[in-house]
Order: sequence, then C-alpha cells, then structure tokens
Amino acid sequence: MSDQKVDSERRALILATSAAGGVAVAAAAVPFVASLAPSERAKAAGAPVVADIGKLAPGEKMVVKWRGKPVWILRRTPEMLASLEAVAGRVSDPASEKSEQPDYAKNPARAVKDEYLVVVGICTHLGCSPSDKIKPGNAEGMPVDWQGGFFCPCHGSQFDLAGRVFKAMPAPTNLEIPPYTYLSDTSILIGEDPKGA
Amino acid sequence: MAANTNYEKYRSNGTLLGNVLEWVDARFPATSLWRAHLSEYHAPKNFNFWYFFGSIALVVLVIQIVTGIFLTMNYKPDGTLNADGIPRAFASVEYIMREVAGGRFIRYFHSTGASAFFIVVYLHMFRGMLYGSYRKPRELIWIFGVLIFLCLMAEAFMGYLLPWGQMSYWGAQVIINLFSAIPLVGPDLSLLIRGDYVVSDVTLNRFFALHVIAVPLVLIGLVVAHILALHEVGSNNPDGVEIKKFKDDKGVPLDSVPFHPYYTIAHDLPAMVIFLIVFCAVVFFAPEGGGYFLEYNNFLPADPMKTPEHIAPVWYFTPFYSMLRAMVWNFFWLDAKLWGVIAMGGGVVILAFLPWLDRSPAKSIRYRGPIFKTLLSIFVFGFLILGFLGMQAPGYLFFGQGWLSGDVIAQVFTVYYFLFFLTMPYWSKIDKCKPVPERVTSK
Repeated sequence: MSDQKVDSERRALILATSAAGGVAVAAAAVPFVASLAPSERAKAAGAPVVADIGKLAPGEKMVVKWRGKPVWILRRTPEMLASLEAVAGRVSDPASEKSEQPDYAKNPARAVKDEYLVVVGICTHLGCSPSDKIKPGNAEGMPVDWQGGFFCPCHGSQFDLAGRVFKAMPAPTNLEIPPYTYLSDTSILIGEDPKGA
Repeated sequence: MAANTNYEKYRSNGTLLGNVLEWVDARFPATSLWRAHLSEYHAPKNFNFWYFFGSIALVVLVIQIVTGIFLTMNYKPDGTLNADGIPRAFASVEYIMREVAGGRFIRYFHSTGASAFFIVVYLHMFRGMLYGSYRKPRELIWIFGVLIFLCLMAEAFMGYLLPWGQMSYWGAQVIINLFSAIPLVGPDLSLLIRGDYVVSDVTLNRFFALHVIAVPLVLIGLVVAHILALHEVGSNNPDGVEIKKFKDDKGVPLDSVPFHPYYTIAHDLPAMVIFLIVFCAVVFFAPEGGGYFLEYNNFLPADPMKTPEHIAPVWYFTPFYSMLRAMVWNFFWLDAKLWGVIAMGGGVVILAFLPWLDRSPAKSIRYRGPIFKTLLSIFVFGFLILGFLGMQAPGYLFFGQGWLSGDVIAQVFTVYYFLFFLTMPYWSKIDKCKPVPERVTSK
C-alpha cells in the first residue's frame, strides 16, 4: 500500500462523499434531538389555575398545583410579617435583586397584598419542595432563634416567611414568585399577570 | 498462509464432537477465542481474594440483565393515575410484588443486584488502588473501568425512577436539576433531559428506554473493551511486577498459570458460590437491606406536591452526594450550586487521571512507603464517613455534639478527597518504597 501513489481524484471524491454523508447524518439527528424537548401537549399544560383563599385562616397555608409544581399560599399574621424585618440582615438577597418574581411582587413582603404570600414551593437549589417550619423557635426541630419559615429537607436550605433564602445556604436565590392576579378578595388566578402590569 | 487459518489450528481427533468443532473452527474462531481468553490466557499465579470481584461483577451483570428482562414483561412505565388514583408505574411494581408468581423474587434479585453491583465494583476499584493496577501499561483498562462506573451510576439512577415512588421522584428531580447549574446551557439541558417542566410521565418513559436499552448496550460494549484491553497487556498482580519479563522457551511467563482451569474453577467458582449464598440470603431474608437497598419512602407513590421529610440517595451514591452538599460557598465567580455539581462530578472524573497522578516507583502497596499507606487509610476512612453523612439529614451532629458537626466534617473530607489526588504526583514520588522483587513472591 505505502509505495502506491494516492489517486488524488478518488481521494477527493471520497472526501466529498464523506462530507455529504456527514451533513446527512447531522440533518437526520435533528428530529431525534428535537423529540427530547417538551412536546406540544406538555407546553399546553401550563394553563393558569384559580385558588379560592376565602377559607384560609390567618397563619394557614394551602397548596395549589400549577404546571405540575406546588404553589403555596400562606396567609401571614402581623407577627409573621414582623419576622421578615427581624431576619432581613440574615438573608442573602433581602431586596430580591437576584431572584425571580414579577415586578409587582418585588417588595419587602414579596407579595401583592402583604397578608398573602404566593410562592412556588420548589427550592431554587435542586428542585425539592421545602417543608413547613412556620412556627418560630425550636418546636419543629429548628434552632432556638428560628423566626419561622421553610426548610428544604434535601440539602438544608432555610427560607424565611417571604421565601427569602438565608445566607450560606446551598440555594442561590429566593423562592420564585409566580405571576398572579387577584380576581376578587377571596380568589387568586395563578399563572397570569394582572391586566396592565 | 494456510497454516494461519483456523482450519489449520484445530484438527479433529476423529470423534463426532471433534468433527463438529473442526467444522465450526474452519468458519468461526471458536477454539482460538477460547484459548486466547481462557485456556491460554496466562494470568499471574499469585492472585489473592481481591481478584474475585471482577468475575463476580460479571455474574451480577448477568443477574441484572436476566431479571431485568423478566421485570419488563410486567412493568408499565406510565406515570398517569389509574382509577384508584395510584400512578400506573407504581401500581405495576406492586402487581409484580403481589400478584405475579415469583415476581417478588425477580424484583428483589434485581434491586439487591443493584446494591451488590456497587459493593463488588467498589471493592474491585479499591483492589486497583492497592496494587497499582491502573499504572502503565494498564491506563486504558482503568479508563474503561471508570466509564463502566459512570454507566453503572447512570443505570442505577435511571432505574431508580422506574418504581415511581417518592424517593424515585424526588431523587430524579434533584439529580436532573444538577445539570441546570451548568452556565448558559444548563436550564435548557435539564429541560431536554426531563422533556417536561417537571419530572413527569414523559421523563419516566425516556428513562425506561435508556435504562433497558441504551445504557446496557453501552455498558456491555465497555465491559468487552475492558476485558480485551486487559487480555492485551495481561493482568497485574499483588506484587505489582510484570510477569512477562521472564518467559519460558514457548513464550509463556514463568510466573503464570492458565486462567482456565486454575482461576475459573479453583479460584472464582468457590468465591461465586459464597457470594451467591450471601446474595440469596439477602434476597430471601432481608430484601430491603434495612432500608439501604430499598428505601422505605419509596413504598409511597410519587407525589409532586410534597418532598419527603428525609430524602437521601441510595447508599452507593452517598459519598458523592455528601461532596455535593458540602459546597456552600460562592468563590471564583461561581456560585455554591455549581461548585457542588463540580465536586460531585469531579469526584468521579478525577479517578480517570489516577494513572498519571501516581508517580511511585512501586506499583503495589506491598512495596510502597508509609506516606501512601497513611494517606490511603485516611482516604478510605473519609470516603466511608462521606458515605455515612450522605445518608443523614443536613445538620447531623456526631454523638449529638455541636463541635462534631457532620456538615463541617463532610467539608473536611471532601477537601481531603480532592487533595489526596491532586497532591499525589508530589507525595507518591518522595515516599520511601521498599525494593520491588523481580518475580512474584508467593508460591
């Protein structure tokens, strides 16, 4: 083989054929990769949901399923709202600069109406759903100086009652606030911005 | 030329069996494969019990494939709810356990096999570290081995989603979200893996496809490559000396015995009997492995609205899971979440570089110095502690003492794990090794 001369014309044809074949393989791969992305049905499943908050007592929390995720609605008492100020120095993003929320919820209470916290109950670290540690103090296995909030069982991230993450926790940002609209005083539409917002 | 064909290599002795073999050999390299890989594969004569685990891993692979095939006959990869409000995948596993004749043994063989696989493979890898089996010229064997380990982790992780229990669901949620920490492409990548905005029926179906077809095919290919590379260069041994240096006039290494029958029948077969006795004892009497092989929370159907109070991966992932959790600081422009992912992935990947990190003049621990022995002992201890802590909830305290915080100890051993490898080129060189003999020492 080695002492034979390379037929440069055939070599060129082989290269051209291989290149054309390579392009065809790449093109054929497109539908396979595309099939891995969410289907039209999965994309359509994200419709807004209505939550009735009329029966929610002060201090109580309810869970609504939106886009397959738990959305929490917590009716905060004045003491709970006061705790937000007490921990402001200990949370890593107190003004929610780095965190995800609609502009109308980018305020100290992270809510449209301070009394009701509406938040996606999925930890921004790796997607577990944090557990309720709403009572202050060590009654629910938290430290004595605990002001009430949420605790992620997977990797230990702690959040306050506005879903703000404490410093030196694995979660990079505060819990996400979904877009939502008050339809009336007792019902919230989750998944849609208020008109004009 | 004719003498090199298989037809010339094997001539019948005139019996019926001999004639059949001659016919086959003229058409397929049956005898030459048998000789090259078994009856004339010259293995060092001084193998000890550490050399059982490669063969046992092969047996476990066969167990997993056979039980897996039978499980697919009754399992349904369907995350939608049935009339009773139970996800169909979860219900089909319960069906296998309760109504299919023999089904619960098949499932327990498969679930126990997963844990057994990791026990055996961890011991097999540790053997490589003890005797320097990754050193030149066996670097590729080791790299194929690391790839096999990665495949096994993928296989175990995706298989764990299939029963669609609480741990299946939330474990998958966490691991898939790991990919979203990668800058720029991360969030899209994890969306592409899930095929949905949350772990769902779509995810379950594709994990089923990957678990039963794609990854096993790659795994088997890698196992073949691992063994071919091994048989090309020959096995290492507990003395870490090259037996090919001294050969008889037929070119057979003086310190070798034929793999078959010496190791197949006399060495590995008894080991397999003992292994299978222990294995069956677990399957029949403790199939849940005390909650370590099958976690109790996984007997609850997946609930996307609620994470269990205590969530931990299965035991074989916990050392690497501890490394993930240990990273809580932002530094070098990257946030803690990404560092955790880097630590977890890097903990496995760094193993592949071992052949080039180790600069010791002696391969085997028998002739290596006190630095290696000390650092390796701490390494093993630390790895076990990381494994233990990975099963505990965050904030674990040893003996209930505040100064023995599990989180801090996990950080210490995570740093140690990486320093052990990264500083190895230095300390392995200066360590005081004993003189290595020319030939193997045991009889």
